[in-house]
Amino acid sequence: MNVLILGGALFAAQIMLAMAMTMAVWRIARGPRAQDRVLGLDTLYVTAMLMIVTFGVRTGSMLYFEAALVIALLGFASTVAMAKFLMRGEVIE
Amino acid sequence: MSRLFPYPGLSLALAAFWVLLHNSLAPMTLLGAVLIGIVAPWSLVPLEAPKLRIGSAVALFKLAGIVIYDIVRSNFAVAAIILGGARHAHTSGFVAIPLELTNRYGLALLAVIITSTPGTLWAQHDAATNRLLLHVFDFVDEADWIDLVKRRYEPLLREIFQ
Amino acid sequence: MIEAPDLPLWAALLTSILIVGGAAFTLIGAVGLATLRSFYQRVHAPTLGTTLGAALILSGSMLCFSVLQSRPVGRELLLLLFVLLTTPVTFILLVRAALYRDRSESNQEVPPLD
Repeated sequence: MNVLILGGALFAAQIMLAMAMTMAVWRIARGPRAQDRVLGLDTLYVTAMLMIVTFGVRTGSMLYFEAALVIALLGFASTVAMAKFLMRGEVIE
Repeated sequence: MSRLFPYPGLSLALAAFWVLLHNSLAPMTLLGAVLIGIVAPWSLVPLEAPKLRIGSAVALFKLAGIVIYDIVRSNFAVAAIILGGARHAHTSGFVAIPLELTNRYGLALLAVIITSTPGTLWAQHDAATNRLLLHVFDFVDEADWIDLVKRRYEPLLREIFQ
Repeated sequence: MIEAPDLPLWAALLTSILIVGGAAFTLIGAVGLATLRSFYQRVHAPTLGTTLGAALILSGSMLCFSVLQSRPVGRELLLLLFVLLTTPVTFILLVRAALYRDRSESNQEVPPLD
């Protein structure tokens, strides 16, 4: 019974997170400008990290934590790099 | 003491980080925490980062409480606007706010607070005139947002950092 | 089909509420990201997922593992702190880049540089 409650809740949460990731991907594809795509990518990273955390809860294994931490770190570094690129890369100084 | 620990706050934070990452209180973990707390802050010394002085710990806790309350409240406010969709024709806009806070750590903390709160966004800060450009999601009254920064956050931040 | 750790009833209920609530906030933020009209409005939406969304899901995970291992587990705090501190930094940089690009094209929507 308790397994069913938590399992159902996790299933619902994962569906919602998957929908959120779909919308972030839609924003990346749609644009219209480069900053919108970078914003979509950042949202995708954070949502993917939360998804990995829910997988960790589902399996009861703490190994997923490291994966989530790596995603968070890489997401931060790549978004900062791309924001910097938007500032400097396009306009000729 | 200050020769061994050039940045005591950073040392404490790194040691706590180490313990949390290993998720144990085993002797080896504690040893690692002490070592990283002593060694790592030395990498900041050549950068000559200005030292952080907390003027009032009470104000810091008060600010933390206010910020958590504001973040939760504006989460619900922004969620309601998004779910309301096109039925609510809401406007967004930029607000310019003159600041009195000049401490760099204080400004950095204010930037993090404002951007973390859904509904407000730190757009630009001009160091020469100390003017802040804020982007507001639900722009009804300009004075409300100036009040939020000037009355709610800035006095506490000035008490903490100056 | 449905697999989940076997927690006592109170913990199962509380973890379920926290995780579903967090996922709901993240989803609403993503809906805002997809539907709002201008870039500066869209930047506000994902902060729902990175503040309350992440806080609720991570505290659900913290509760679940603390009960499973019958000792407090705090590693999720680290992740939450990291997300809370880094997201504003990326958004501030992104908005600055967007302002710079809009101004260099003299877009009417943004205020001029003094």
